[in-house]
Amino acid sequence: MIQVKDLHKSFGETEVLKGLTTEIKEKEVVCVIGPSGSGKSTFLRCLNMLEEITDGHVVIDGNDLTDPATDINKVRSEVGMVFQHFNLFPHLTVLENIILAPLKVKKVTKAEAEETALPLLDKVGLKDKAHVYPNSLSGGQKQRVAIARALAMNPKVMLFDEPTSALDPELVGDVLAVMKDLAEEGMTMVVVTHEMGFAKEVGDRVFFIDEGVFMEEGPPSQLFDNPQNPRTQSFLSKVL
Amino acid sequence: MYVFTTNHYIEILPNLWSGFLFTLLITITGVAIGFVLGAIFGLMRLSKIKIVYGIATIYVELVRGTPLLVQIFFIYFGLSDFMNINLDKLTASIIAIAANAGAYIAEIVRGAVQSVDKGQTEAGRSLGLSSRQTMLYIIWPQALRRMIPPLGNQFIISLKDTSLFSAIAVTDLMYEGRQYASSTFADFESYIMVAIFYLVITIPSMLILRQYERRFERE
Repeated sequence: MIQVKDLHKSFGETEVLKGLTTEIKEKEVVCVIGPSGSGKSTFLRCLNMLEEITDGHVVIDGNDLTDPATDINKVRSEVGMVFQHFNLFPHLTVLENIILAPLKVKKVTKAEAEETALPLLDKVGLKDKAHVYPNSLSGGQKQRVAIARALAMNPKVMLFDEPTSALDPELVGDVLAVMKDLAEEGMTMVVVTHEMGFAKEVGDRVFFIDEGVFMEEGPPSQLFDNPQNPRTQSFLSKVL
Repeated sequence: MYVFTTNHYIEILPNLWSGFLFTLLITITGVAIGFVLGAIFGLMRLSKIKIVYGIATIYVELVRGTPLLVQIFFIYFGLSDFMNINLDKLTASIIAIAANAGAYIAEIVRGAVQSVDKGQTEAGRSLGLSSRQTMLYIIWPQALRRMIPPLGNQFIISLKDTSLFSAIAVTDLMYEGRQYASSTFADFESYIMVAIFYLVITIPSMLILRQYERRFERE
């Protein structure tokens, strides 16, 4: 589903990603952990070209993002993204937030878009919030709307960029529960997270990234319980 | 010795009323066209294409760096001479205030668009919207709300600026006041009345703007 080959990313003189190579299979849930500033968010943002790729290749479902002939909007419409700060559109209601992209990108009718949107809202437990504006929602509710908004495009992959980091602790659970359901339904997911419990329970594979390289990767049981790399050991001893 | 009588305050009214309508016509048409210019040039100022950015920057800086009085003389006397056309005073005034307000509005537009959080663009693009669609459906509506207070302010400034056009004998509010004053020597009464006519528009505008800003802050 996703192939990453020797991915490099620099901001000016600073090289943030120093040659990442990996492959993520369909229906796999990959959690990316690492200290702040390690490049984990940048890695995720390269997967849908929110960051320009300095060197190397990212191939999503056969489309090489660095190929100028690739229709980047088309690829992005099939890759959902959920942000740390939700990024809901404040001038649109919850329902309008969800149907905007289906209307404008997929060109479906309003009735069709709403037919998709309402069950999604129900799924994230916010059916009664369809006609309110995002400002009146709690952080956890906003993030669940953001997940529904991404799902409305029927993506093949979902990217999560620290989806619970900006939430009050008591609101984290609802969001993680929605993500867990999604994983169980077979969604391909890449999750940058500080929630080690989630990574352990839901992740099929965990990447530990530090200083722009994959220091260690493996199934959560191995990476959390028996880390090989001293950097992983030191990081985990601080967060667990 | 000044003797107070009500005569002039009343006799001047018909003249000022016609000037007032003329001032409103110039200001409203001019600022409306200025908004279109401002939107175009403001977005050009945000362009990554150097030549597009350059053209918009030259326009904005030329207008902001020269007095409006010079601009109206240039358009009314200079341009019509140079291009050998006969611009009427009304057209010249509307062009001048539109071009002038356009430059300031371009900066308002640029600032408002830039003030919208970058995450909004990222969210739009990540859903597959093109950059044009993201601007149209996500950024512009949010920016527009933030533009309203400074646009209202610009409207008030432009309204007052049109008084300069009396220098080319446009029959606006200021010109009518001057005419009345010079034919009756009632300068005191004339200019008080002229000022009141401007205030009739500017004070309610300011009050409405303040109301809007207060509501906006609450949101």
